[in-house]
Amino acid sequence: MGIKLSDLFRVTDLRLQLSDMTAKPWIGAAPQIQILRGLSFDIPKGAAVGIVGGSGSGKSTLGRALVRLLEPSGGHIQFDGVDITHLSDAQLRPLRRRFQMIFQDPMSSLNPRHRVGTIIAEPLRLHHMGDIAARVAQSLDKVGLGQSFATRFPHELSGGQRQRVGIARAIALEPDFILADEIVSGLDVSSQAQVLNLLEKLVGDLGLTLAFISHDLSVIRRLCSQTIVMHQGQIVENSQTDRLFANPSADYTRDLLAAIPLPDPNQAWH
Amino acid sequence: MNFLSVRDLTVRLKGGPTLLHRVSLDVGAGQVRGLVGESGAGKSMIGRAVLGILPPSVEVVGGQIWLDGIDLLAMPPKLRRKRVGALAALIPQDPLTALNPSHRIGPQITDRLVDILGWQRGDAQERAAQLLAEVHIPNPARVMRSYPHELSGGMRQRVLIASAFAAEPKLIVADEPTTALDVTVQKQILALIAGMQARHNTAILFVTHDLGVVSKICQSLSVLYAGMVVEDAEIHSFFAAPRHAYSAALLRATPKYTDPTAGLVPVPDDVIAAVRAEVAAFEHGDQIV
Repeated sequence: MGIKLSDLFRVTDLRLQLSDMTAKPWIGAAPQIQILRGLSFDIPKGAAVGIVGGSGSGKSTLGRALVRLLEPSGGHIQFDGVDITHLSDAQLRPLRRRFQMIFQDPMSSLNPRHRVGTIIAEPLRLHHMGDIAARVAQSLDKVGLGQSFATRFPHELSGGQRQRVGIARAIALEPDFILADEIVSGLDVSSQAQVLNLLEKLVGDLGLTLAFISHDLSVIRRLCSQTIVMHQGQIVENSQTDRLFANPSADYTRDLLAAIPLPDPNQAWH
Repeated sequence: MNFLSVRDLTVRLKGGPTLLHRVSLDVGAGQVRGLVGESGAGKSMIGRAVLGILPPSVEVVGGQIWLDGIDLLAMPPKLRRKRVGALAALIPQDPLTALNPSHRIGPQITDRLVDILGWQRGDAQERAAQLLAEVHIPNPARVMRSYPHELSGGMRQRVLIASAFAAEPKLIVADEPTTALDVTVQKQILALIAGMQARHNTAILFVTHDLGVVSKICQSLSVLYAGMVVEDAEIHSFFAAPRHAYSAALLRATPKYTDPTAGLVPVPDDVIAAVRAEVAAFEHGDQIV
């Protein structure tokens, strides 16, 4: 099968199973549970792809497999033409700079003992990038925080500012791909709007490819051109975002849409 | 008459800043009022003050909380706890931390009925099973023998709802009860709360930051900023035309999937500056009074 050059990720029949430790008997092996059950999709270069689904649908596991924080048990993940499905840590290291992740909970993903400047600089050092101070300053500017934030600690920041630090850390490495896993679910509507507008702008300016995991379809509609809907470890729908909202093909997508409470007391909801 | 009336409630950090500025609001019997605002606006603090479970570092310095015609703040603490325990209950936000991980579900619902309200254990168990069935939990007997980790997030939240309604309270403080859940489960849980609320004619103080949720379950709402009520409105008039600039800005920041161009406008800096000035002026008023 030939690889289209325009695809950054090409995922075929991706499977992942883990031991179910909550069901492990006292003696003997834990039963295996299938978390991802054969997913196939492509992420074109420069696209913003939304991955949506309920809790336990496997969306975060899929994200973690894409950036190889988890090793799939079957199928293939190709990143820019390279099969990364079973690469070792050492083999992955040079590639890691190119796919970065922004985490859901900024408080637990930023080291509380380090200042913001150090937090952003550390991955730059690991990847032996030059001109670290300038890169830190630049990425702080890009996320609208300004260089005075470099000397602050995470606990001195608001939730929205912490999430910007997470974004700054990711873009400082000049990656090709960013995975954002529920990055606004803990924020107020106003900070959520700020962070999303920022991400939207950066993706455009820097020509990034984005996978945006969320349970909130209204956020995805705003940010993503393509949407993958997951349910119980499978893809139930993968289409252009406009088409998905205008004419959802899967029952589960319709359920998800119908469950969103619009800020309108006249919406028929029950 | 209103079942809950909060009048000029002022709360501050001991020896520190004021957290709630003369908050007043009413909840009629069987009515649902939303408390909306950003994190730190003091919405949970109001609920905690009503239930008398403020953290020890915080004190009430003024105002009244009338529950069913009696001013709670004028009562001796022991009597007050008894009264609140009999009339009110809490649905907490996080279903995992609110349940004791090392105890089975059953006793976590029945202990309060037996120890505080003096029920017979057999009656309490029967009541718990009946309520678990009412929140659509399949096989209540099995769930009562389960530990919290054996249940999903939605199931745990149902357990907490059942537990809150167990003693037929007249007032429930629901503190962001669906924030941790995904939309389809949220819809089920809200429908459950609304159904239980209607059947038991309970008044609810519904704390949330989601205006979408408010529009579905509340009849009125209070919008808070920095511990001050900036708008108190009836639901339909609020969503048709919010009166306060800050409320209008919150509404504009809320995404709407039906209209991809609307929503996601951060609250503008000048609106923040104006509402801050308003809170400061109001606080100055506190000192004169």
